[in-house]
Amino acid sequence: MTGKILGISGPTISTDLKGLSLYERVYVGHAMLTGEVVRLEQDRSVIQVYEDTRGLAANEPVKGTGTPLSVRLGPGLLSGMFDGLQRPLRRLKEEMGPFITCGREIYGLDHQKKWSFSPSVKGGDEIAQGQVIGSVEEGALRHLVISGPGNTGRVLQIREGEISLDEPLGTYDGGGMIVGCHEWPVRLARPYRKKFAPAGPLVTGQRSIDFLFPVAKGGTAIFPGGFGTGKTILEQAIAKFADVDVVVYVGCGERGNEMAEMIEEFEGLKDPWTGRPLMERTILVVNTSNMPVAAREASIYTAVTMAEYYRDMGYQVLFLADSLSRWAEALREISSSLEEMPGEEGYPTYLASRLSGFLERAGVVETLGGMTGSLTMLLSVSPPGGDFTEPVTQACLRTTGAFLMLDTALAHRRHFPAINWFQSYSLYADELGKHFRENISPQWDDLLRRAREVLQKEEMLREVSEIVGAEGLQDSDRLLMLAAEKIRMEFLSQNAYSEDAFSPPVDTLALISRIFQFYDRIRGQLAQGISLDDALKTECPS
Amino acid sequence: MRRSEHVYRSISSISGQLIFLQGVVSARIGEVVTVTAPHGLKMDAEVLEIEGENVLIEVFGETRGLDIGRTSVAFGDTVRLVPLSSDMIGRIFNGSLSPADDMPMFIPEQWRPITGAPMNPAARARPEEFIETGYSVIDGLNTLVKGQKLPVFSCAGLPSKELVSGILKNSRLSKGEGDFVVVFAALGLTFHEYSYYMKVLGEMKTGFVAVINSAEEPVMERLLAPRFALTIAEYLAFEKEMDVLVIITDMTNYCDALREISTAREELPGRRGYPGYMYSDLASLFERAGRLKGQKGSVTMLPVVTMPEDDITHPIPDLTGYITEGQIVLSRELHRLNVFPPVDVLPSLSRLMQKGIGKDRTREDHRKISNNLFKYYARGRDMRRLEAIVGRDGMPEKDIRMLDFADLFEREFVGQASGRRGIGETLDIGIGLMKRFSLEVT
Ligand SMILES: Nc1ncnc2c1ncn2[C@@H]1O[C@H](COP(=O)(O)OP(=O)(O)OP(=O)(O)O)[C@@H](O)[C@H]1O
Ligand SMILES: [Mg+2]
Repeated sequence: MTGKILGISGPTISTDLKGLSLYERVYVGHAMLTGEVVRLEQDRSVIQVYEDTRGLAANEPVKGTGTPLSVRLGPGLLSGMFDGLQRPLRRLKEEMGPFITCGREIYGLDHQKKWSFSPSVKGGDEIAQGQVIGSVEEGALRHLVISGPGNTGRVLQIREGEISLDEPLGTYDGGGMIVGCHEWPVRLARPYRKKFAPAGPLVTGQRSIDFLFPVAKGGTAIFPGGFGTGKTILEQAIAKFADVDVVVYVGCGERGNEMAEMIEEFEGLKDPWTGRPLMERTILVVNTSNMPVAAREASIYTAVTMAEYYRDMGYQVLFLADSLSRWAEALREISSSLEEMPGEEGYPTYLASRLSGFLERAGVVETLGGMTGSLTMLLSVSPPGGDFTEPVTQACLRTTGAFLMLDTALAHRRHFPAINWFQSYSLYADELGKHFRENISPQWDDLLRRAREVLQKEEMLREVSEIVGAEGLQDSDRLLMLAAEKIRMEFLSQNAYSEDAFSPPVDTLALISRIFQFYDRIRGQLAQGISLDDALKTECPS
Repeated sequence: MRRSEHVYRSISSISGQLIFLQGVVSARIGEVVTVTAPHGLKMDAEVLEIEGENVLIEVFGETRGLDIGRTSVAFGDTVRLVPLSSDMIGRIFNGSLSPADDMPMFIPEQWRPITGAPMNPAARARPEEFIETGYSVIDGLNTLVKGQKLPVFSCAGLPSKELVSGILKNSRLSKGEGDFVVVFAALGLTFHEYSYYMKVLGEMKTGFVAVINSAEEPVMERLLAPRFALTIAEYLAFEKEMDVLVIITDMTNYCDALREISTAREELPGRRGYPGYMYSDLASLFERAGRLKGQKGSVTMLPVVTMPEDDITHPIPDLTGYITEGQIVLSRELHRLNVFPPVDVLPSLSRLMQKGIGKDRTREDHRKISNNLFKYYARGRDMRRLEAIVGRDGMPEKDIRMLDFADLFEREFVGQASGRRGIGETLDIGIGLMKRFSLEVT
């Protein structure tokens, strides 16, 4: 069925094409630009176009596809780099050169590549949706082939060995093909049997997070911070070091150079937990700030659907997005071109519900295939002017489990990661503190409490010392300030460009207990009447 | 499909820069149209929105004198294209890319769409090659690299003009290899600034292309001029294999033009009246900086932003900072102390410098020197706060030493009223300063 373009305004067009359904994918214009139906009216439908609309004319054709905007799921996604519509950027580059021009349909998966398939079903078995049919080796990962919608029935015959995605894995009774990949609509959360509360830490290797504000697997955390406060570096560090099986990283409306740098770096690195090449567990979705805004809006859905797919194989998946604010702004741009009634700061009134709907896709689940998988979300937020009262930060606060506030003042002092230790919080802290106490050291809680106390007291003492000068303080207070400085500079700071970038929990604990051993030793000497200066002289003779 | 030019006189309304036209057969979004006023004056316009046969167009020039009935609109069936040629080097153009140097128009070798196309992130090469600006505080501490976008944040009344002209005249590739060209876009210049820059361009020794939009030229052209500059830059970089430094001044004029036009379109205003899409719009300029894998040439960008009310959280510097890769921040205080260029080292940062310095790039000891200079200067600045409370006499000798270091660092390292410095000289001055105060270089 074909209709024509009636009107064009920014990234949206209207068409007289009949029989469309909401969120259906359509092709727009002679250039066959990809679009999605966002509003249906009696005599016209409105479509948001995922590519540059410049040059599009009224009366050009519009074609429906009958299916919603979807991604392809199957082996071969890992180590891939896709745009917001899951077009593989490396293949796109081979086909059209270094600049992206419009209207090219390339699928996310390579359908020619052969995979060594071993089935886990046999003739006579029933295959239901979401069930594991078999597996292939995708790099180091055992990729479970999961049946998609409609790929169900009683197995007549199943193959084994080298098979490409274009070939059937076998046949069903009645002649249907058993297939190895499927499509899934990006805006629809993938189903599972049961959801559990987030549990167990997601080890980030960042001391300030793992120790002060830990994040649980299956949980959600946001990092809001003004420009240059270290959001991207932090997200990338976590992408490198987190103890998960699969990482999906979305560069949403951010910089191209940053992504080039990340890829180049990741290509030379190993997963610290398995020793395998880091890229083998990583999927990148990139829609830079100068790529079409509607695709930016879709990119986080494209990415999260791929993340859920690996979760459904029973893996621990980490989803990182930089930055959620750019997604929200894309939503705002589209909303305003649809002439919807604006809410706060021009954002559509459905911002908060969209956001919480999205965040709901995180969690620990029992999959349809009966395994347990998790999807953790870490999202950066870029508040205008570094002002955290703005709508996106506020909407996130209501639904996320951890709030890691990045502080411009700390960043200016080059204290990185610039996580503010007074304003940040993690709702998972108590639960995970228990875990660390049981699995790392019984001292964990105690040291944590003491570290908090020292930092708190330092803040009060700092005000005093600004009046009387550091020399005017009592020795015990000066010692506390010294300990606090050590905690800040040696423990909470972690230079992402140094060896220290990754700190496993055992090392984290060792470092903080060393600092408190020092503190207690000197305190002991003060108690014996030795002056601080003398005590320090014997402690560090240089 | 239309192939030839179509002319209409069916204007239904005119309001400010906007014209509504009826009965148009298949206009294109972004299509360039020519509006001819009753008195024969022609002006450029662009298709903004299409609703069936009703088309909204936006006029670039002065709309006074247009009427309903006699004014005609001709459609050209193409989006805006930029004529390009390597003969543009050494030339000065106005905001509509007509020659402004009394020389004839060049003969185009190529035409390209003014908006460019986004670089495929998979095709980008990471920026890592040093560009020397000749200023110690930039080269030594906030190093610029090929393919980077690094803005200067200035305040009204600070000598950003002098800094820009210094960079225009003094920038070069460190190793002197390859062809280096500066593309200069000036937006909304006053007559005074115009003559100042004309003189600077006259003294240029490196190749340059200038696109100059003066304050009395149409506001719409202020949005086009940087895009002309970037399209030229991309052409020279990726077609002619040159390393291109694009300097744009002043982005604040650009953003104000964007706001003015957005208001005229009756769009919903965002923060401080700037449109909600300003981030995307600025990104569509700044993201054109870059390098490509396996290809020579680069586009590097150095935009100047004047922070309204000296406020770095104002939407213009704020959104710029969210897109660019660092910032060079100018300070009133240093300017008062007669330090030129008055760059405040603490909030300034080049995010891409790590990869661009060191052995084979600048000098092996570069990273060490810059880290130490920063560290000691930051400490000296902390001491100044203390000094304000307890007084210099109440401070221990080692703290006083940091105070003095910070003073001299500002005067002798940051400050360089005359002449350019090579990176070697810059680093040696840094070492010398730390030696003078017996500061350890760790
Ligand atoms: N952990 C770190 N160790 C060392 N340096 C860091 C660290 N984190 C940030 N930085 C420094 O801060 C700069 C800015 O960091 P980053 O790019 O992550 O900021 P951002 O918050 O993502 O900013 P934007 O919102 O503009 O994207 C880096 O280029 C680096 O110089
Ligand atoms: Mg960032």
